Amino acid sequence: MAEFEVQKTQENLVYSRTKVLTDNVMHYCPGCSHGTVHKLIAEVIDEMNMQDKTIGVSPVGCAVFAYNYLDIDWAEAAHGRAPAVATAIKRLNPDKMVFTYQGDGDLAAIGTAETIHICNRGENVAIFFVNNGIYGMTGGQMAPTTLIGMKTATCPYGRDPKLHGFPYKIGNIVSQLEGTCYVTRQSVNTPAAVRKAKKAIRKAFENSLAGKGVSFVEFVGTCNSGWKMDPVAANKWMEENMIPAYPLGDLKDI
Amino acid sequence: MAKIKGTVVIDTEHCKGCKVCVVSCPCGVLDLSSQVNGKGYNYCYMANPDACTGCASCAIICPDTCITVYRQKFE
Ligand SMILES: Cc1ncc(C[n+]2csc(CCOP(=O)(O)OP(=O)(O)O)c2C)c(N)n1
Ligand code: SF4
Ligand code: SF4
Repeated sequence: MAEFEVQKTQENLVYSRTKVLTDNVMHYCPGCSHGTVHKLIAEVIDEMNMQDKTIGVSPVGCAVFAYNYLDIDWAEAAHGRAPAVATAIKRLNPDKMVFTYQGDGDLAAIGTAETIHICNRGENVAIFFVNNGIYGMTGGQMAPTTLIGMKTATCPYGRDPKLHGFPYKIGNIVSQLEGTCYVTRQSVNTPAAVRKAKKAIRKAFENSLAGKGVSFVEFVGTCNSGWKMDPVAANKWMEENMIPAYPLGDLKDI
Repeated sequence: MAKIKGTVVIDTEHCKGCKVCVVSCPCGVLDLSSQVNGKGYNYCYMANPDACTGCASCAIICPDTCITVYRQKFE
């Protein structure tokens, strides 16, 4: 097939790693949604030519080391407090593009107050929220987002609403607040979903620069290790269980 | 007739053998190798290179951004 040998030239290049990603190998487990979401944020920052003007706030959770992977300015916040830190950064640096990156334990449990109030104040910040239904970093404990019946280290017989309360959709809650301009729920389990998720990230960043208030982008994601599944099975389980409970699509767009 | 052909280059040391690219390729090009990389992962390779169209589905989905894609039109 020598006549069809594709030349690996710049001219023929259709996809390569963005320069906003560092060369570090991510510490995430194989197939983890965090890697895909990091990559998309990096690509959007690159395409918007904002590498020198972006400040991220990383959470406590598996994504605590996000600052090792995206070559931009970062601050690291205490558990759940990324929205408070991002508020200060954005108010002091109004020309910078500021975002938080948070998991569900961080954003929807210990950080609930910060999440609600940044969304109510309408700071010009983008929030990227990875909802994997579990506390990944600490070994797979129940999160507020854990599905009914889902087994975790702290609900080994499955989540029972009588004992553990109900899973809640914090995206729906913040969509009710005046300070949010864009609230959407996305996923990164197929190439088509990844393309859509990337558009949502771009829109969130553009809204923050346009001074429209908080854009809240939730990614329904997987935690293969916490769920005790291989990455392909975890994506399938997510499609069958997580997405029906956390339906994808825009909740608000003004 | 013009033909579009693609090829991919996989950074096998960054690859974690998660297989999400393998199941996302619409042309059945990729598979996991029986060989392992420095971290002990069965990395991904082009098992069926002639079928690649350079659509970049694999590269877009790879959580570790290990895949570079090229595409060329042959007249
Ligand atoms: C104040 C405080 N409380 C508890 C912890 C322990 N802790 C570390 S990560 C984490 C949960 C993270 O879960 P999530 O936000 O869902 O992120 P994931 O790891 O799943 O991406 C907890 C409770 C901490 N580091 N600081
Ligand atoms: S570029 Fe498309 S056809 Fe080629 S290996 Fe990747 S997914 Fe398959
Ligand atoms: S998606 Fe990336 S990390 Fe996973 S097997 Fe394919 S090349 Fe390797």
